[in-house]
Amino acid sequence: MSEQFEPVIVGFLCNWCSYRAADLAGTSRIKYAPNMRAIRVMCSGRVDPQFVLKALRNGADGVLIAGCHPGECHYVNGNIKALRRYTMLKKTLDQWGIEEERVQLLWASASEGTKLAEKVNSMTEELRELGPLRWHEKVLADNGAAHVPVKEA
Amino acid sequence: MTENGKPTLAMYWGASCGGCEISVLNIHENILTVDEIFDIVFFPCIADFKYKDVESYPDNYIDVCLFNGAIRNSENEEMAHLLREKSKVLVAYGSCAYEGCIPALSNLTTKEATLNKVYIDNPSIDNPKKTFPQTSTQMPEGELTLPSFYHTVKALDQVTDVDYYLPGCPPEPPQIWAVLQVIAGALTEGKELPPKGSVVGAGQTAVCDECPLEKQEKTIARFYRPYEINPDPDICLLEQGIMCMGPATRSGCGALCPSVGMGCRGCYGPTEGVEDQGAKMLSAIASVLDAGDETMEEDELEALIEEAVDTIADPSGTFYRFSMAHSILQRVKNGKGEG
Repeated sequence: MSEQFEPVIVGFLCNWCSYRAADLAGTSRIKYAPNMRAIRVMCSGRVDPQFVLKALRNGADGVLIAGCHPGECHYVNGNIKALRRYTMLKKTLDQWGIEEERVQLLWASASEGTKLAEKVNSMTEELRELGPLRWHEKVLADNGAAHVPVKEA
Repeated sequence: MTENGKPTLAMYWGASCGGCEISVLNIHENILTVDEIFDIVFFPCIADFKYKDVESYPDNYIDVCLFNGAIRNSENEEMAHLLREKSKVLVAYGSCAYEGCIPALSNLTTKEATLNKVYIDNPSIDNPKKTFPQTSTQMPEGELTLPSFYHTVKALDQVTDVDYYLPGCPPEPPQIWAVLQVIAGALTEGKELPPKGSVVGAGQTAVCDECPLEKQEKTIARFYRPYEINPDPDICLLEQGIMCMGPATRSGCGALCPSVGMGCRGCYGPTEGVEDQGAKMLSAIASVLDAGDETMEEDELEALIEEAVDTIADPSGTFYRFSMAHSILQRVKNGKGEG
């Protein structure tokens, strides 16, 4: 039997809320899926869409962007910009055939360790369901032929 | 270099429209100087050379090769390798060779869908036997072959080593002339060439930098399609809600399109140091989109932003119109555009 697929999630967590939520989840000893690789950014507004695309290209199965709730941004409206970018990116990725579960946005304040842990759990399950993205092997390999579904007779 | 001591010039097309060839001829009377300086040794658009002529040249025989067009099929790739072998300086000339351009928009769909569109579902096509081009066909006289059609359109530097990039769809005549002068200077007078891998014949900044329209730091409430609005000729088009790729596009064209009320399409590619032009544009738009602020409830905010973003028709086709092959993901996963 093959082993269970463990998706890789790259998590961009904002310094002021969501990274602290992850910290809280840790100090509160909340158990959650170990699939997220956390990257601390100063603000969710710092997440350039290029970061997300690069993560997906280079082996991530999903990307989670997490920031402060609207109205609570340390930099007033960085998270609003993040939401606009995310909304636009989602629409673009849909055209690229990338399932919407693969890139998600979450508002988690410093006190919401549980919320962050639950999100990582649910996202891990969703990605497990979808299967690996493996952009290099499954989409670009063999001159892009690899993504073509085999036609059933 | 030929026997008469003149440096040699070649120009070849991959998947292209022919506009790049015309742009070289569009340098007006300077074309006579080009002919004086260079010996043209391969240029299918204007002179009758054959592939076997190129094959017969010794390696590095061609001093400068301007390669335009994307890599769409095996013939394009074969010629890219051959010309690389025979050329001292290989220039990815024009947006297709540089970053895929219009041919690479088909990376938004599948090879099957592209061929279907061309050979079956086209109003002007009558193909009852559903004939598709085959790479090999047996005829009484023998085997006929055609190049194979790739799934993914590539830029020149994705199949071979490239020395310089000259962006534009097509490149602007003064820029072409300036580049040819630099190269000629290097070949005939021993002047220095720019560092390998440089983008030549273009600026370092964004198109906005050379755009004459007035920017007022305004934000955008929604976007309009060109037919929906009559633009004010003096004010930044983006601020009027007309999609303009200026902020994410390399300068060098002199902001020709925005100057006459047409939003920049983005043909000069990403600005210096940027990998993915589309992602940068998306990012820039998000910063100026005037939808929602920090005082709103989360649901209301999301709905408002969604509505504003929905006024952008075909974001992938707009943001990646010229740079699909060179974008980070390069092609779509499963061809949603099919059908």
